[in-house]
Amino acid sequence: MLKPSGRTAGVIVVAVAAVFATLSAQSSRFPVGRPPTPEETRELGSAIAPDGTGLPEGSGTVGAGRELFAAQCARCHGPAGEGDIGARLVGGQGTLATPRPLKTVGSFWPYATTLWDYVNRAMPFDRPGLLEPSEVYAAVAYVLNLNGIIDENHLIDAKSLPNVKMPNRDGFLADPRPDVR
Amino acid sequence: MKHVRIGPNRRQLLQMGAAVGGSLVAGREALTLAATPRSLGEPVGPYGERSPFETAVRWRRQSQTSETGASFTPIQDSVGILTPSALHYERHHAGIPPIDPATHRVIIHGMVDRPLSLSMDDLRRLPSVTRILALECGGNSGGEWRAGGGADVQRSHGLLSGSEWTGVPLSLLLAEVGVRSDASWVIAEGGDACRMMRSIPLAKAMEDSLLAYGQNGEAMRPAQGYPLRLLNPGWEGNTSVKWLRSLKVTDQPYMARDETSKYSDLMADGTTRIFTYAMEAKSVITFPSGGQTLPAPGLCELTGLAWSGLGRIERVEVTTDGGRTWVDAELQEPRLPQALTRFRLPWRFDGQDARIASRAVDSTGYVQPTRQALIAVRGMNSIYHYNGIKVWHVRADGSVTNAEA
Repeated sequence: MLKPSGRTAGVIVVAVAAVFATLSAQSSRFPVGRPPTPEETRELGSAIAPDGTGLPEGSGTVGAGRELFAAQCARCHGPAGEGDIGARLVGGQGTLATPRPLKTVGSFWPYATTLWDYVNRAMPFDRPGLLEPSEVYAAVAYVLNLNGIIDENHLIDAKSLPNVKMPNRDGFLADPRPDVR
Repeated sequence: MKHVRIGPNRRQLLQMGAAVGGSLVAGREALTLAATPRSLGEPVGPYGERSPFETAVRWRRQSQTSETGASFTPIQDSVGILTPSALHYERHHAGIPPIDPATHRVIIHGMVDRPLSLSMDDLRRLPSVTRILALECGGNSGGEWRAGGGADVQRSHGLLSGSEWTGVPLSLLLAEVGVRSDASWVIAEGGDACRMMRSIPLAKAMEDSLLAYGQNGEAMRPAQGYPLRLLNPGWEGNTSVKWLRSLKVTDQPYMARDETSKYSDLMADGTTRIFTYAMEAKSVITFPSGGQTLPAPGLCELTGLAWSGLGRIERVEVTTDGGRTWVDAELQEPRLPQALTRFRLPWRFDGQDARIASRAVDSTGYVQPTRQALIAVRGMNSIYHYNGIKVWHVRADGSVTNAEA
């Protein structure tokens, strides 16, 4: 493969930079707003991707999660996640194709990262944002353990969580509509 | 189609006619005239209210907590194609946040060259567009999948409203921040207590999504996302994230709880359809409909609403004989894409048992299916995206009930 000489490469870099500078100047047609501050980016957007992008440092064990769940989650979800005023979190595996499907974290949710994201953003229901990252990891570990998805000694952190294979991971299909004629 | 209108207060006339025991025609003669004013009326005021004689209200479905509830628009009482902001349906997942617009910001970040943080003042300085659009909850008519369904049209179809929305095209802002060529999704997050999150394909964001701040000529109501919401024309309401705070440009959907666990469609075979965004063509007769009563045989104007998330309503057919014959209803102008369209048909109720229904056709050629056809393909566990034909049973005595019950 031909390589440009050092001098030619330098000219190309300068030329490309000039083109980009021109494009940037042209594409800002409506100069309003300002760059987000780091605090805004952290506070306003907290989305966690299924590949784990966005997960913070910290970790949680099933044991720690059991204690946390009893203190913060059981009053709505029941002591063993069987559901009460809050959603049922366990069971239902094997029911999705029956007349009475039971959709829970264990039977239905395709990604464990979604559980972390949702607990972090929305739980406890009346005090969202209460939990520290390690507490969220622990709560997630306990709910996964309740569903038989991870064993008692499985540590959940930013590295291990995206690798948890949920039972219904392959159960989701793209929209085929229009499908009714 | 040319036909006779009974008048704008048709239903009141019907009720009054019933009260004095007369027929539609004879009853009018018995009405008492209002007295000519002999004293001054109310003074001018800063913000108007409706007449105390008008009593239509949203119906709130029972829920575990009032913050996660839904309230349904009284579409049986609506006229035209707009819903008063105060009667727009509600679906909240963690209550309505009290947001001061002076401190509200939305950030556009992720796979962009120039991330932006915008205040409401910034947004109002940008070029805006205004569109009349229908908004329908993905779960509207969800009770119709299983036999039974709503006893009246407010309960069966009331997670539906029409508004004039004003805001900034999202495509304009995405051009400002410079989306990287390998990006394909936008993750929207709201400012309510559950920080509602949905993944939106970049193609939709570039096509017609709005960052809306205006509704029906004023700032949108807190229940609708004040001061700022995403608005995705034609798509299930939940994707139009309210109280919008963050748009993150990414190369993958984020598989949010409200697009995996909820707002996904479980099929009979146990598989689930994900990212079923568009609301397909649908219609329903709002008069006469469940819970209403025709006082006596005679002419009445049958009316209802039709809409499609995929285009314009081209045709609405109505049957008054249980589906044996269908006739074209008149489509009232304006007939806008992805907006509510009102249809009307003069009908002579002859005092005989009748089953009435409407069937919409949109500009893609899609024909609203029967309930049976929907269930044959999708089963009964889907919850979302029910758009089957709704049949009302007009009994010989004029009472109207849900034919599926």
